[in-house]
Amino acid sequence: MGERQRDVFIRVNGEEVRERIEARQTLVDFLRDHLGLTGTHIGCEQGVCGACTVLVDGEVVRGCLVLAVQCDGAAVQTIEGISDSGLITDLQEAFHKRNALQCGFCTPGMLIGAQDLLSRGSVPSREAIR
Amino acid sequence: MKIADDQPAGLTALDRPNSYIGRSVPRPNLARLTQGRGQYVSDVVLPRMGHVAFVRSPHAHARIRRIDTEQAKKSPGAIAVVTGAELAKVITPWVGVLTHLKGIKSAPQHAIAVERACWQGEAVCAVVARTRAQAEDACALVEVDYDVLPSVTDAETALDPRTPVIHPELGDNLTFERTLNAGDPDKGFAAADAVVEATFVFGRHTGVTNEPRAIVADWNPGEQRLTVYQGTQAPHMTQNLFAKHLGLAEHQVRVLTKDVGGSFGIKVHIYADEMATVALAKLLKRPVKFVADRLESFVTDIHARDHRVKARIGVKKDGAITAFEIDDLTGIGPYSVYPRTSGIEANQVVNLVGGPYTCPNYRARARVVFQNKNVMCQYRAVGHPIATAVTEGLVELAAVKIGMDPAEIRRRNLLPDDAYPAVSAAGLKFEALSHHASLEKILKMMDYKALRAEQEHLRGRGIHRGIGFASFIEVTNPSAAFYGVGGARISSQDGATLKLDATGAVICQSGVTEQGQGTESVLAQIVATSFGVPIERVRVITGDTDNTPYGGGTWASRAAGIGGEAAWQAGKALRANVLAAAASILQADPSKLDIRGGLVVDADSGRERMGLDEVARVVYFRPDTLPPGFQAEFMTTRHYVPRAFPFAFTNGVQASYLEVDVRTGQIKLLKHWCVEDCGTVINPQLVDEQIRGGIVQGIGGCLFEHCLYDEAGQMLNANMMDYLVPMAAEMPDIEIGHVVTPTKDSELGAKGAGEAGTAGAPGCVMNAINDALRPLGAAPITQMPITPERVMTALGRT
Repeated sequence: MGERQRDVFIRVNGEEVRERIEARQTLVDFLRDHLGLTGTHIGCEQGVCGACTVLVDGEVVRGCLVLAVQCDGAAVQTIEGISDSGLITDLQEAFHKRNALQCGFCTPGMLIGAQDLLSRGSVPSREAIR
Repeated sequence: MKIADDQPAGLTALDRPNSYIGRSVPRPNLARLTQGRGQYVSDVVLPRMGHVAFVRSPHAHARIRRIDTEQAKKSPGAIAVVTGAELAKVITPWVGVLTHLKGIKSAPQHAIAVERACWQGEAVCAVVARTRAQAEDACALVEVDYDVLPSVTDAETALDPRTPVIHPELGDNLTFERTLNAGDPDKGFAAADAVVEATFVFGRHTGVTNEPRAIVADWNPGEQRLTVYQGTQAPHMTQNLFAKHLGLAEHQVRVLTKDVGGSFGIKVHIYADEMATVALAKLLKRPVKFVADRLESFVTDIHARDHRVKARIGVKKDGAITAFEIDDLTGIGPYSVYPRTSGIEANQVVNLVGGPYTCPNYRARARVVFQNKNVMCQYRAVGHPIATAVTEGLVELAAVKIGMDPAEIRRRNLLPDDAYPAVSAAGLKFEALSHHASLEKILKMMDYKALRAEQEHLRGRGIHRGIGFASFIEVTNPSAAFYGVGGARISSQDGATLKLDATGAVICQSGVTEQGQGTESVLAQIVATSFGVPIERVRVITGDTDNTPYGGGTWASRAAGIGGEAAWQAGKALRANVLAAAASILQADPSKLDIRGGLVVDADSGRERMGLDEVARVVYFRPDTLPPGFQAEFMTTRHYVPRAFPFAFTNGVQASYLEVDVRTGQIKLLKHWCVEDCGTVINPQLVDEQIRGGIVQGIGGCLFEHCLYDEAGQMLNANMMDYLVPMAAEMPDIEIGHVVTPTKDSELGAKGAGEAGTAGAPGCVMNAINDALRPLGAAPITQMPITPERVMTALGRT
């Protein structure tokens, strides 16, 4: 099993990445271990905690539930890329000002989730956020 | 309290110009965490680093007959396959006992099991490989031949003569027993008009840090030094333990703690797999990394709260409580956890029951027993949620029995606000508490009368809402009485070192640690205030045993109260030293100068005299211009430990308003209030968020969280899908109020605030549920978590 590898071409935060990876590797392990993008974290490993949230072709995805090979040809955005591009600067400032994080471990996932919610147009109600 | 003599009369030492004390300053170290630029231990990568994975026992109790590692050693990427017996040559076992818990006993525990595994999840073999995936591949090839042994899982029968003894050399399965007899409980119960009895059961649950435990250990044979990156709350404590069990001097070990993804008391202990990781690094002479996966976290992170408490209360018709009695039983797994022991939670329950009240008659027994389940130990608010739920549950049941309002029965029994210093029935010493002020404040915040009227009105329409209260006390700022007197090398004192840099900024190195609660921000606020610079010019460094004063770290709500006071005093000392240099340069009287807003000013007029950058420039680069014999000291260190009281007790009260759906048993939390007295509030926002977070964890234990085990000792829900943690969707808005009674033990006057929320929430929510169900004839629910199924059972509708 461990020998089964594949070449992938993924655009990560706008940079082209060509790597030979194990077919079984999850996207989050690929981002962290191959590319050193450690802003995406691993919490529960089964898609319920959200710490590994990234954008794949603009869609919110749990990095622990997707294999890296499934992202071949896709564009992946992580917290590092979204931060550097300035896309969520105001959201980050609001999180900072309102102390919306404590240890900050899952905060990148919350920010990406919040950005997705806000990008759908109207201002969501407290109930909708919950 | 010693008022600093450089302040005008009428103000306290905290009233410095431009003070940051009491201000909700945003945390300076936060932006990088919102950008994914934190440095958690799970992110650390070192050259030549190997990854360890553990083969773990699938059985709750089994003899290890043989371990075949041949195939695993040939697995791709494998570096080493190491059994417990092999690792025992590198690291010595430990026994989790302390001398002040009289009679506590435990058996030697190894980094990796030798001969016998005593719970499902105990490591029996380690594999180090180039990647974690390869290490796990190789683990699957390790063949372990087990003899399955009978497992002891039920605490109730652990002491029966027919039950097997887990550690035969100890004679029985009793870890620790404590009894207490205060006042005259028999007389108290005899004098009561009513006696109410109940059995309270608390589900075993855990802390669920979103970043699992993580450690990278790097042994450098050339330097003969071990560098350990560890997500821990107590770096100096783990430095001592690694050195002791590897046979090294303490200075040969450096522990670095960077960002920690949640702790809650889970990361204040030493774990066998962490000991194994440092030993493997030493054995293999290269860095080794261990990050627990979620399954490993559930079966090896300490669990807590698995207590059964039979309790009763005596009460007179006028509401006077005449006696409390409890019998607590708890099962703590097969070993008492090192180095704090697993006797502390039961000990705290005995200490804290009845604590807010004047009643002097109290009898208690607590027994702690071994069992073949994962270990239990101290988790946020150790013992408090149990003691508070038992006490407050009894008080509200007693109020119902005599037909008195639950607020009124508290008014008649809480320690009066002018009765201090006071000693509780269990012997706890209170410097100054504010139970009555807190109660009156919360009643006002919640508009109690109107809320009762609303409840009554809605009941008529078939909507069942409940109101519950919980008054509580909380142990904070522990002195050496907690661990040091029992022989544990866990520092109760803490220190802060301040250095003025060459541009007039201040570097603060502190022995307390940051895990997200805002320790570093609070320290920065304190230093900025006591020294006199804008907060942007303070940089705080924590979590490095090579570069911080010796200290205990952050637990038991001690960072602000103890680490903060050390920083406060260090700031004053540095101010005095810098003013001495400035006075020398300015040919002025140092007592007529002050530092404000980063400038040396005339103390009387506030007129600017010179910038700190200029003082630093002269001292560092042109000391030749200073008078002969004058030596500036721009680095100061101060330490602090509470001495007047063993603990700085805080107090408070919580209230819950909720609705029960009597058709489904679902509980909807509508609102939660907490009034808390943690003394001086340094950063109101951080204090409030600590209390809110604590309440959420308390609610988790009350309604959702439960480590479910079957009779064979198998954990059934060791994942975050099946183990329910409280989520934003279920949480109510939580309103926080404060009463401020500073401790006079320190100049800062701050007590702890980290655990008050967790202490009070379970009892208060339980009381609210019973308040909602009582008119329907339901039996009181006293077993947590209070699931919909238990609600339906109480209603007789299953």
